[in-house]
Amino acid sequence: MARIIVVTSGKGGVGKTTTSAAIAMGLAKKGHKTAVIDFDVGLRNLDLILGCERRVVYDFINVINGEASLNQALIRDKNCNLLYILPASQTRDKDALTQEGVGKVLDELSKDFEYIVCDSPAGIEKGANLALYFADDAFVVTNPEISSVRDSDRMLGILSSKSRRAERNEEPIKEYLLLTRYDADRVKLGEMLSLEDVQEILSLELLGIIPESKSVLSASNAGMPVILDEKSEAGQAYADVVARYLGEKLPHRFIDGKQGFLRRLFGGRK
Amino acid sequence: MLNTTPALEFKSSTFFAPILILYTNDLAAIEQTLHEKINLAPEFFKDSPLIIDLRELNKQNQDLDFTQIIQLLRRVSFFPVGIRGGNESQNKQARALFIPIDTVREQGSSIIIGESQKQEAAQQPAAQPETVTIKEPSIRPVPIPPVAATATLVTQPIRSGQRIYAAGDLIILSQVSAGAEIMAEGNIHVYNTLRGRALAGVHGNTAARIFCFDLQAELISIAGDYKTSEDLNKQTYNHPVQIYLQNHALIIKEIA
Repeated sequence: MARIIVVTSGKGGVGKTTTSAAIAMGLAKKGHKTAVIDFDVGLRNLDLILGCERRVVYDFINVINGEASLNQALIRDKNCNLLYILPASQTRDKDALTQEGVGKVLDELSKDFEYIVCDSPAGIEKGANLALYFADDAFVVTNPEISSVRDSDRMLGILSSKSRRAERNEEPIKEYLLLTRYDADRVKLGEMLSLEDVQEILSLELLGIIPESKSVLSASNAGMPVILDEKSEAGQAYADVVARYLGEKLPHRFIDGKQGFLRRLFGGRK
Repeated sequence: MLNTTPALEFKSSTFFAPILILYTNDLAAIEQTLHEKINLAPEFFKDSPLIIDLRELNKQNQDLDFTQIIQLLRRVSFFPVGIRGGNESQNKQARALFIPIDTVREQGSSIIIGESQKQEAAQQPAAQPETVTIKEPSIRPVPIPPVAATATLVTQPIRSGQRIYAAGDLIILSQVSAGAEIMAEGNIHVYNTLRGRALAGVHGNTAARIFCFDLQAELISIAGDYKTSEDLNKQTYNHPVQIYLQNHALIIKEIA
């Protein structure tokens, strides 16, 4: 049986798709056969981040509707042969998703894969609800700003009440916090919420802090998950996240930021 | 300039009104007992809306002149707004007096709960609405047995957007997030940070209290008297407090 991970946030633009691509790649790189599904029907993005947009023939909705088999729709990643992508349909909308259809696809994938990563769309509507419904674990992606924290909190409420595990009274979904686009300098200046501020509201197990990094955008534009950029801080941070998720004990990095040369020279801004 | 404001709109809302259960058709006895009850709390009953429940009376096959009872109730400053459990002729009379007829529903079904359907509160019967009973003067009034509304215990965090309703007391061990709403007919205890809205005594129990370890609430209310976070005193903000009503004023007091 595969472990189903949902990457969710409520708010848009916080880094769900970047995170989905990175952790799916990270898990596959660690030797686990992984599928990543784009639930953002109508706003397909994951294929761009993973650089497979030109190989999309069939999509998630085709499989749900029985117009294509799962094997026809799954795209094998060019960088890692243990990673497969199930792209969203760009010409349909979220109404094309059904709980029954999603359940069937996930069941079939579960036979063959170790991890299934569900890239949730923003919002709390059908697409987001179906992405989390079958989940075993949830990666709650949050930016260090108050509206993102509030939306994540709302999402946590939905995770604990509207999932299959909640409906069946099973062990609840395991929830993890991923703090993305974290800028330690701006935290110091009081322009951004600190990790403690966020944790005071969400109190979740922290899987990692992903520092704000230019490499994320350039990796996205190049169609390469940022985790493959081992020199970048964001890439290293995602690698840590995957390792921690798989049970490794690693100290948290990137909380305090790095000391710049000028900063050391002049003793920092006030 | 064009006026785009609509002339009206419909909204759905819930109101609470006392129910008058009649056990006799003796108008003199009813009037006497009503006066006694009103004298106990004149302000409470003055101009109060009222729903007349005739089920008991009709069970005993006692007929009642509905028009007369309405006149009597209006005389002692009630506003009858509904009838339930009436027979055909009583309903007909009610209709003629423009009093709405309520079909009798099963009690104990008013569970209000947001997304947390699995909360223990869902298993609780809802408390009965405020009732006024009129008995034969010769028979000693039997008080309505209080509904056994036990406390509801919640151990997981109440997240933004979730609503919890408890028919009795509500005890919460985790935090209550901003944007969450917790309501109880009795007291509310939050053994953690309270950031959302907390409404105690929602059925009008002015003796209900709110207790919390760390007050950061958006809104607190007891029996309808409320304060928003803007009105909260800085001295008690972020402190463990109890909140209660005194002469229609919300008192927020630090628990040492």
